[in-house]
Amino acid sequence: MKSYPIIPLIAESQTSESLGYPGELVDDWQSKAIARLGELVRNNRALAVFMDTCTRCGACADKCHYGIGTGDPNNMPVARQELLRSVWRRHFTFFGRYLPWLVGARDLDRDMLDTWYRYFHQCSECRRCAVFCPKGIDTSEITMAGREVLASVGLGQHYSQTIVEKAARLGNNLGMKRPAIANTLDSLEEDLADELDEAEWGGPVRLPLDDASADVLVVVPSADFFAEPHVDGLLGLAKVLHVAGVRWTLSSEASEAANFALFAGNVEHERRQAQRLVDAARALGTTRLVVGECGHAWRVAGTRLAALVGAHRLASVTANAGAEHVCELTHELWQAGRIRLDASRNAGKVVTYHDSCNVARGARMGSSADGAFTLPRDLLTASVDRFVEMPRGSTHRETFCCGGGGGMLSDDQMQVRVQGVLPRARALATVVSTEQVTHLASICAICKTQLSTVLPMAAVDTSLEDIEIISLHTLIGNALLPPMASTE
Amino acid sequence: MQQVTSVMPETDAEGYLRRREDWSRELAETMAAADDIVLTDAHWEVIEFLQDYYTQYEIAPAIRILTKQIGKRFGKEKGNSRYLYELFPRGPAKQACRYAGLPKPTGCV
Repeated sequence: MKSYPIIPLIAESQTSESLGYPGELVDDWQSKAIARLGELVRNNRALAVFMDTCTRCGACADKCHYGIGTGDPNNMPVARQELLRSVWRRHFTFFGRYLPWLVGARDLDRDMLDTWYRYFHQCSECRRCAVFCPKGIDTSEITMAGREVLASVGLGQHYSQTIVEKAARLGNNLGMKRPAIANTLDSLEEDLADELDEAEWGGPVRLPLDDASADVLVVVPSADFFAEPHVDGLLGLAKVLHVAGVRWTLSSEASEAANFALFAGNVEHERRQAQRLVDAARALGTTRLVVGECGHAWRVAGTRLAALVGAHRLASVTANAGAEHVCELTHELWQAGRIRLDASRNAGKVVTYHDSCNVARGARMGSSADGAFTLPRDLLTASVDRFVEMPRGSTHRETFCCGGGGGMLSDDQMQVRVQGVLPRARALATVVSTEQVTHLASICAICKTQLSTVLPMAAVDTSLEDIEIISLHTLIGNALLPPMASTE
Repeated sequence: MQQVTSVMPETDAEGYLRRREDWSRELAETMAAADDIVLTDAHWEVIEFLQDYYTQYEIAPAIRILTKQIGKRFGKEKGNSRYLYELFPRGPAKQACRYAGLPKPTGCV
């Protein structure tokens, strides 16, 4: 593992070029970068406000998980923001142009460009700092814009650009074509058939693909087809929908929930990927669009979808006038008595819940203001005997990012991931020691990968090596009663 | 790695072959040797399965499919991720794909 600080891999030329960016750093990068920054600030009112409103009060200084984990002063959100703001002032304000020393305005020289690249990629766009900022400054708007500026002069980041390019070309982050998805689903149906007695469960539990007779289009992160422990969550969901009698389908055209273009600052590709969901829903004739356990999907689908694809187009394929989170659907089925949950089927598990940043601070859920917190917890407490909250300040709106979000989940950034997980690891270690927690439930593909990979590496407590990371819908699927069973 | 770079075909920054046609058994052995691994028949069972799957589906299999198929073909005791991690400590998907000359699976995984 490389030691801190690391410089994330730069995107390959071919990848950048196919996304419309230069393949390598252009000669006139300085003027191009400043021009692009000017465009972005002009076109994004939030960004324009954030260029002006910081008072250096310091409320954010100790709130970033990367700041806490690395101890690097540039990872204080105010300092990270100031990297962009000081250059913006230099070129776009009166005092910055003529008296830069007076207002702390700085030139965009090569050193600053490299500093941008390094520190705009030690941000997971999680918005925790924004919760504590009295002015509501959202660092993610600043770093996403910074990433777009960097990509526009040929310094795209390898991990995110690879994913955005693959999703644009093949429909999902992993690059699975239809035969691969179909083969995977067939194999998983076989596993379900081996596990569940057909007579007891009222027929085989299916994982339908491109089924035009379906009412509900479910879009999951492609990791749910591929990785552990994600796959079990998809199987749990399939059981829920089977028992409730929902006619649902997955789509080979909209085979990725996560929309990484947002996190790379590329609005055009964000729109194109969002459009895939609506196009697939129209082609299949579904009337509900449900997004699976994926934080990087829900931040876009839960709040930005109508703006991206057009409210009327979204309304034409969604009876409820918008995308729904899978927790909303499962909660509705449970409340309506269409599924029944028996927590004793998860006996022995002591479960805590990691609020994923993109759900907690990126979107909403259900009809109440705090639905994004109560809906998953309602389902969890109905599914397990013992549920334990992690300490205050590490949950709900103040949750810590897992340390792998927003484009940080690559091997070349492992050192920062290990440092970024520290605040979550410490909070978890507390309840492992006081409440003997055995499982951590999550509703985000990245959280699941990051926490299961990196928690054992975090120098916090060896007890964390034994914690099992588990999908919420795995626990729900375990607790689910077969259609005909009695609750007595 | 330094002494073998002269005979190594072109790879990406993470050491995965750019062109599958550059792959050979000797190359896989060289890559493994750099990680202090001697490829045995057990390793080859996995590598060859990955290559066959990739030829058909243009992507590596899900871990669950890999473990299930290895178990079916080569014996139940081999059909679990513990066995695969013993063979490929850095993860069967990533490390074995690299030796097999396949691209790295990238995404939220």
